[in-house]
Amino acid sequence: MNPLSTDTPAIEVSDLTKIYGSGNTEVVAMKDVNLRVAKGEVIALLGPSGAGKSTLLTAMGLINPPTSGRIVIGGVPVLDGPQPLLDLRAFRRHHLGFVFQKANLIPFLNAVQNVQVALEINDTPPRQARKRALELLDYLGVADRANNLPDALSGGQQQRVAVARALANQPSLILADEPTAALDSHRGRQVMELFRKVAHQRGSAVIVVTHDHRSLDVFDRTYEMEDGGLRSG
Amino acid sequence: MNLAAQDIRHNVGRFALTAVGIGLLLMIVLGMSGIYRGMIDDALIVVDRIGADLWVVQRGTRGPFAEISRLPANLEDRLRAVPGVASARTFVSHNVQREHQGKPLRMNIHGLAWPEDKGAWVTLTAGRPLGQAHYEMIADASLGLGLGEKLALGKDTYTVVGVTKGMVSSGGDGIAFLTTRDAQAIQFDLSGEAIRLERAARVQRAVGQDIGQVQPLLLERGGGLSSGIPALARPMVSAITVRVANGADAAAVAATIAAWPDVSVHSRDDQVQLLVHGMIDKARRQIGLFRVLLVIISTIIMALILYTLTLDKIHDIAMLKLMGARNGIIVGLILQQALLLGAIGYGIAVLLGDWIFPKFPRRVLITPDDLWALAAIVAALSVVSSLLGIWKAMRVEPNKVLS
Repeated sequence: MNPLSTDTPAIEVSDLTKIYGSGNTEVVAMKDVNLRVAKGEVIALLGPSGAGKSTLLTAMGLINPPTSGRIVIGGVPVLDGPQPLLDLRAFRRHHLGFVFQKANLIPFLNAVQNVQVALEINDTPPRQARKRALELLDYLGVADRANNLPDALSGGQQQRVAVARALANQPSLILADEPTAALDSHRGRQVMELFRKVAHQRGSAVIVVTHDHRSLDVFDRTYEMEDGGLRSG
Repeated sequence: MNLAAQDIRHNVGRFALTAVGIGLLLMIVLGMSGIYRGMIDDALIVVDRIGADLWVVQRGTRGPFAEISRLPANLEDRLRAVPGVASARTFVSHNVQREHQGKPLRMNIHGLAWPEDKGAWVTLTAGRPLGQAHYEMIADASLGLGLGEKLALGKDTYTVVGVTKGMVSSGGDGIAFLTTRDAQAIQFDLSGEAIRLERAARVQRAVGQDIGQVQPLLLERGGGLSSGIPALARPMVSAITVRVANGADAAAVAATIAAWPDVSVHSRDDQVQLLVHGMIDKARRQIGLFRVLLVIISTIIMALILYTLTLDKIHDIAMLKLMGARNGIIVGLILQQALLLGAIGYGIAVLLGDWIFPKFPRRVLITPDDLWALAAIVAALSVVSSLLGIWKAMRVEPNKVLS
């Protein structure tokens, strides 16, 4: 049985704590965080700067292991404290998608290639990868810019390509860190609605760190982080 | 999709300039080996073309290519009498530097044993071999002397009757072939005043001795031509080259001659070894060390370039890692660029060298072995130089994307 295809939550984190430094320089960035997100759910993480939102997000993204606590993604235990329980890079490749404040597109690849590369990294044959990348760009409304380099795309278009790249391998979990911070309110809302569409149509769970309170209606649930702790918003 | 190719396409100008720079460096590496091979080839031309089996030289010396060797010219008559000797010829070779058309002209004068040797073995690009015992020469094209051109050397004027190509001494000077007598006339040329003073000195020496007092004819002879005084030897030669008759045992002939107390005998191979390992050995080692330095410098420069190219992409590499790219993809991106840079640089080096080396004043000889060796060096240095960039890329954490 594939655990990712069952009704198990997309992600479940238990007692997640992250401490930077030690002794006098010790900083507790995140303390005893518990969170459970179902598939197809879109949630927002709110909170002031330094509250620990990005720490939680990067921990869930398996790029910044917690000091203690446990992360289970799609029913698969992935991290027990800082200890990886499997090959994290391979797991990210198959099950996670990322979107950031900056699109972080690879500058020497055009829009379709930026999506294609995510598929090829996951062993999709090049021709099939290109076809799927074009479909995704079409789904996100930027197919007409497929052959443009990132420099030639607007901020909104770049972010749509970044979302397409995050969706490429049909991840069970998409993590977005302030994805609309560099966009105007109209385009910011478009991106947020896009996440909702993706979550509801494709079944991926989407966790978005945001400061943008104008689009909160898009989310199924919101959480507030403060001083490293998480509470329902 | 090939990420390396895409990156190069995006930065084609910078990549092309870098490849040209690498190519120029590699061309110098290639040129260094070519200069070395050219030196050996130049040094061996005379030994190869003369085709002598044995070199007879002054006793205790290593021959004209290693040090000064002086032998009486009539030694060739003694050698001809040795059983198994097919021919014996005098070898005269020396350098001169003269002014010609307002420019310094440096040449190696090579004496041909007229009339047996008219220079028929010299490959001519124009003209003919020597046709008379005096006042004619065959000149290497590098001397810049045209057919029919006249050149004053010593008290005589010589006409270029033949032009050859690629005949240079181990020092890289173009060779002029004259008869041995003419070569010696140039070598031992003295001014009229010097001759008069020498004759006067001879007379004075004779006057001071009893025999001069009792034989006035001696005083008269002493004040005359040197060739008219039997007591004075003919000008010396540098060596005598010997060809062994067909079927004769060269070692036995050499042993017979070596038994004479006034000469030493060296085989052709001995002369080659003397030239390669003796005369040009320091130059060979110097060029070899210079090549090693150039390869190291090329590796460092290439490593820095690739490191810089990697640093430029560090954010993208972090993104690739975040997306879950295997290390092989990232290593491939850097290594493929390094190998492509090396391959293009190699191509530029070979093509540019092929065009520019023939314009060098000394022969730059590139052999297929040199090209293969350079290809192997380039492949190795491409891999080595990419290591720094790969090391940097491997150390990048995916969360660098967030910075």
